[in-house]
Amino acid sequence: MYENQKLGLAYISPYIIGLIVFTAFPFISSLIISFTDYDLINTPSFVGLDNYAYMVSDDTFYKSLGVTFAYVFLTIPLKLSFALFIAFVLNFKLRGIKAFRTAYYIPSILGSSVAIAVLWRAIFSLDGLLNTFIGYVGIPPVAWLGEPHFAMLSVTLLRVWQFGSAMVIFLAALQSVPQSQYEAAMIDGASKWHMFTKITIPLITPVIFFNFIMQTTQAFQEFTAPYVITAGGPAKSTYLFSLYIYETAFKYFDMGYGSALAWVLFVIVGIFTGISFKSSKYWVFYSGDKGGKNGG
Amino acid sequence: MAGENMSTVSAYSAMQINKEVKRTLRKERINSYFRYFVLILTGIFMLYPLAWMISASFKPNHEIFTSMSLIPKDFSWDGFINGWKTGTEYTFGRFFLNTFMYVIPKVILTVISSTIVAFGFARFEIPFKKFWFTTLIATILLPQSVLLIPQYLMFREMGMLDSYMPLYLPMAFATQGFFVFMLIQFLRGLPTDMEEAAMIDGCNSFQLLWYIIVPILKPAIISVALFQFMWSVNDFLGPLIYISSVEKYPIALALKLSIDVTEAANWNEILAMASIAIVPSIVVFLIAQNYFIEGVTAGGVKG
Repeated sequence: MYENQKLGLAYISPYIIGLIVFTAFPFISSLIISFTDYDLINTPSFVGLDNYAYMVSDDTFYKSLGVTFAYVFLTIPLKLSFALFIAFVLNFKLRGIKAFRTAYYIPSILGSSVAIAVLWRAIFSLDGLLNTFIGYVGIPPVAWLGEPHFAMLSVTLLRVWQFGSAMVIFLAALQSVPQSQYEAAMIDGASKWHMFTKITIPLITPVIFFNFIMQTTQAFQEFTAPYVITAGGPAKSTYLFSLYIYETAFKYFDMGYGSALAWVLFVIVGIFTGISFKSSKYWVFYSGDKGGKNGG
Repeated sequence: MAGENMSTVSAYSAMQINKEVKRTLRKERINSYFRYFVLILTGIFMLYPLAWMISASFKPNHEIFTSMSLIPKDFSWDGFINGWKTGTEYTFGRFFLNTFMYVIPKVILTVISSTIVAFGFARFEIPFKKFWFTTLIATILLPQSVLLIPQYLMFREMGMLDSYMPLYLPMAFATQGFFVFMLIQFLRGLPTDMEEAAMIDGCNSFQLLWYIIVPILKPAIISVALFQFMWSVNDFLGPLIYISSVEKYPIALALKLSIDVTEAANWNEILAMASIAIVPSIVVFLIAQNYFIEGVTAGGVKG
């Protein structure tokens, strides 16, 4: 640690400038814009809480909010439990563990691209690959992207398909669980399931928490997949909140309402993150932790 | 006499142990068969869609959805040839180059600014350090959509719309807290004795950064570059908002345009271009993967 405070400040000064110009200033501005009516052409006019008042009676707002929650609560448990399961299966002296890890990671690096969203459309469209497949077994074609529930499922599956990044983090955590812990439990006659729930899971709770927070904040902001695959349809069944914000601001040029919507999303994500952090006290165990029910 | 007794006991228990060992081995074998079954099945679900996409690019249009086979019956380059021409006056190559026009500056700026800032955070005492560090974590969790509209208005004010500047300029200021955080964590885990030795030899802080920190940080810096590359190539919302003229379109927008225009007609062309679009990410990932994993596992030791 070097004492020279001015020098230290100089080194982090790009960050401070960036924080002010590209984060803090826009952050405050968007709150101010949300109290105005602004269409990019006419000068913004102050309208007080009008945008928020409109939101209360806006059906699309409720629809979009509901869809977003459904999306988050569907993808996150599916994706994380699958990631943990595969990490658990991989955490074993197996040949080719590296090859599997590579294969599973590839969808994660491509998944958010338009190319993969396009592929998803080719798979789930009415004359697409999935219907060709179920046709072999004699099932008539299903309108995967034309039925609200199936459309949501198709978009969700794309995210679950990208479980690799979370899995790699889980795997690293599993590999760092000291073997001695298992040996001690084995001498005490613990079953495999007991060891998993009483040793493995508590020891990797910090990583579960990390994955949970990162994946959830991302899922709340999902944009590319629903925009390209379903364009929010059918009947707004995949009209996630970020689509609504985008279209309000950049299709209908209603910057005021768009900002108000963005702030609502911010508050929701904020509350959600806050609750998660508060609850983490009760179920996340950091090593060297003296507190907590099970003592870590 | 005691020895005799022992040997009968041990002969008996040897049999028992033998049985036990055999049973465990059999269990282990079944266990590993089960693991391989799960892993291979999952692997198929992961890679079959990608393999199918690539094979579909070599199929004529009428063949694509009639079979699930990965081997084209009528092999043809038509998808690539026609897809490359695109429905616009530019070839797909143009869109490819456009993508790198901002991805490369973005990666370079991110690496430089994040390294400098992480060095400051990890090695210096700074006034209100705790506050600055908290803001760093907060920006990681902050939903970017809340910044989108004002940033757009700001770049509009600066006359930078329909240019690549809004996409990479913020990266010069370490705005992606995640990367800074990653490098700080890495630096904190490193011993400082080498730096101290260099200081005694009269190195100033910048020389310290350049000659000591950067070489040690190399694996972490490479993974920052790798992640930023992947994310930037895949980014869709950024270009969608800022780039409006077709001649400046990156791959992401060009692909979206192609499905909007042709609407389910020429899947072989669309899938061929989508296959080309994922090549850079896959190549970079496969090349850098070892570096990346090595960096994560052995980074500190190798320094």
